[in-house]
Amino acid sequence: MSKVLIKGNEAVVRGALLAGCKNFFGYPITPASEIAETAAYYFPLLGGTFLQAESEIGAINMVYGAASSKARCMTASSSPGMSLKMEGISYIAGAELPCVIIDIMRGGPGLGNIAPEQADYNQIIKGGGHGSYSLIVVAPNSAQEMCDLTMLAFELSDKYRNPAVVLADGIIGQMMEPVEFPEPVQTMPDRPWAVSGTIDSHHLICSIQLDPDMLEAHNLALQAKYARIAENEIRYEAIQCDDAEHILVGYGIVSRILQGVMEQLRTEGYKVGLMRPITLSPFPTPQLIAFAENNNVKSLFVCELSAGQMVDDVRLAVNGRKPVHLYTRMGGKVPTVKEIVEKFKESI
Amino acid sequence: MKTTILQKPASFYDEFTQKGGAQLANTHYCPGCGHGILHKLIAEAVSDFGIQDKTVLISPVGCSVFAYYYFDVGNIQAAHGRAPAVATGYKRSNPESIVISYQGDGDLAAIGANEILQAANRGEQMTVFFVNNAIYGMTGGQMAPTTLIGQKSTTTPRGRTMQNEGYPLRMAEIIATLEAPVYVERVMMTDPKNIARTRKAVRKALKIQMEKKGFSFVEVLSGCPTGLKMTPVNTKNWITDVLSKYFEPGVKKDESEDREPIITLHPDPHFEEYHELLDIRSLSDKVKGVKLSAVKEMVDEIKIAGFGGQGVLSLGYALANIAMGHNYKVSWLPSYGPEMRGGTANCSVKISDKRISSPMIDNPTVLVAMNKPSLQKFVDDVQPGGVILYDSGLIDEAPKRNDVTVIGIPATAEADKLGSTKAANMVMLGAYAKIRGYLSNDYVKQALPLIIKNKSFHKLNEDAFKRGMELVKNS
Repeated sequence: MSKVLIKGNEAVVRGALLAGCKNFFGYPITPASEIAETAAYYFPLLGGTFLQAESEIGAINMVYGAASSKARCMTASSSPGMSLKMEGISYIAGAELPCVIIDIMRGGPGLGNIAPEQADYNQIIKGGGHGSYSLIVVAPNSAQEMCDLTMLAFELSDKYRNPAVVLADGIIGQMMEPVEFPEPVQTMPDRPWAVSGTIDSHHLICSIQLDPDMLEAHNLALQAKYARIAENEIRYEAIQCDDAEHILVGYGIVSRILQGVMEQLRTEGYKVGLMRPITLSPFPTPQLIAFAENNNVKSLFVCELSAGQMVDDVRLAVNGRKPVHLYTRMGGKVPTVKEIVEKFKESI
Repeated sequence: MKTTILQKPASFYDEFTQKGGAQLANTHYCPGCGHGILHKLIAEAVSDFGIQDKTVLISPVGCSVFAYYYFDVGNIQAAHGRAPAVATGYKRSNPESIVISYQGDGDLAAIGANEILQAANRGEQMTVFFVNNAIYGMTGGQMAPTTLIGQKSTTTPRGRTMQNEGYPLRMAEIIATLEAPVYVERVMMTDPKNIARTRKAVRKALKIQMEKKGFSFVEVLSGCPTGLKMTPVNTKNWITDVLSKYFEPGVKKDESEDREPIITLHPDPHFEEYHELLDIRSLSDKVKGVKLSAVKEMVDEIKIAGFGGQGVLSLGYALANIAMGHNYKVSWLPSYGPEMRGGTANCSVKISDKRISSPMIDNPTVLVAMNKPSLQKFVDDVQPGGVILYDSGLIDEAPKRNDVTVIGIPATAEADKLGSTKAANMVMLGAYAKIRGYLSNDYVKQALPLIIKNKSFHKLNEDAFKRGMELVKNS
């Protein structure tokens, strides 16, 4: 198949439409606005709905409503907008509705700036909203994956009746790369639980359970679902890890830089591998445990565009068995290959 | 003695099993509460109109959060205040449904004031029933946005004052000022006559939606003896004598006779058309009959910088696209946001035969500098052995590096001669192509008009590209 040079943010919209998404509700915010702009153009062309909501809160609740129907729906935002969406996300997770949310992360806290960061990890993976819920979270590192993982997010979201987030950063969203677009998904999964306006669909979509016994049972069922997702849906990429003595760990744009770091260090004779989580939730914990238990492996080196958020999950998996080093930049500063190479050498 | 068996409307469940408890035929509402009556009026209308199966009720937060115990229709329970947004999302996804947003005063006029205002303003095809009892019921008697001045509540223990809490919001009047809503009325459920009026309003509001005419809004003054701490009888009297004096019942807006149905037609293209419609047909599919040379081992890291408007980003885009067409791996990364607004723009293009790791460029192999600030900013970053192409017509001072190849190209001046300053970027593209030598001229000739689609530039760009190549030859 032939390739098209396209921005990550635009590939997301194409991927969504090829996955059969029919409804987009969004609110503009840099650096995610191109997603809404592209959706505004293409959704109506394919018979779908694009609506610019009054707020991020409005948008996520429109998603809640549309997700209760038969048709696929989505929204997209960036970090401060995601903070506003958290109420709705908790309700969507509680009511077990499938939808896809794109988060193009920017610098924080507060208004921060519009440069790339990865500091939404905790609010997205650990649950920025209330309650014991988990999202399915995928982390693309190329324009191709912005399309592919958006499509996967729709698939997993429907499969598990769970909201899914595509967690990317400003660079992955803004960058253009060649993308091979697949054929459109023609058959949508059945949604027997949906409110579809027919005699068979006098269903109830809700997240309220007044009775503590029932709410506990609901929570246990949710946790069992998350365990099933963890068992079946972990995705990661391990590059040259087989003989590696040091494992670099990073996701999104950082994983691209770390690949450069790995290549550089390999030419200098360091046995270095790269482990890139593709799903951040479920987190590739078993694979990290395997590194921790591997006698070849001497240390892990985590790099993040935050004060260090994912590193907590790496450390939980490694559980003190190997040193886990951390190098971070914040505020939109993105480390260079050279810079990380130096920090790595200091670490070992 | 003759007995009449009064049937529940079919849109109610026979038994309220979801409610639980011993008395499955009764609601959970208190004696004197208005919800039960309003529920019944809605259920009767839904049954009478034959819309039970396509009705979707959005229930709010508050006592009527449990409206789904009773209504045998599609039910979606929304977060506090968000029912109009949820209703919007559902209705847009399923336009043939009948969507009811059922809300209380705290829900609609306080935490959800924006959602209701915006949904009304968009003229969403939905029906809103707004139960105004001037108090927070379920939460336990706190002040509502419609609590009257002087009225005591658990959060206005000395009575609401305009100095501290402001005035009660007249939502029906506010909604009626908007252009889009079709029908807005306030009614009260105090006595049989007024309940009959309420019944009429409920039915009219639903009819408007069935006729696809748009948004309708019925505010219902209703009793909450528990929250108001009054007997049911006193509550009714208070509504009649006090509450309805501030919130006057009546039709606030009615354009139902004049409005035409609004029907949105959605196209339904075949899957085979998707790639064409989504503009994701590859360039290589359209460029015909060009024999490309084999991909060579190469890592070219090109930084292109200049003023906004000099076509810096589109130069990078064209280059990356053409290199991709020659089967190289490519990436293109712009400077974005405020950086762009300062008047300067730059982009990074990587071209390689191998998988590209980071799309960012710290030390370019090629710098294309279209203005002086850009040259100054990046001149020292260029790798030894690299190339600097600079617009020698705009930059009066040649870069001082003797470890790189420096080529001055008067791109802007040459583009001017060809007919437009805007083609300066293509002069630079030609210069780059000449220096690097791996791009097919035939391919570029066919591809450029497909990349930069504006027809008025096709000939100009072709000429500019050629001119750029010649300028390198001559320099």
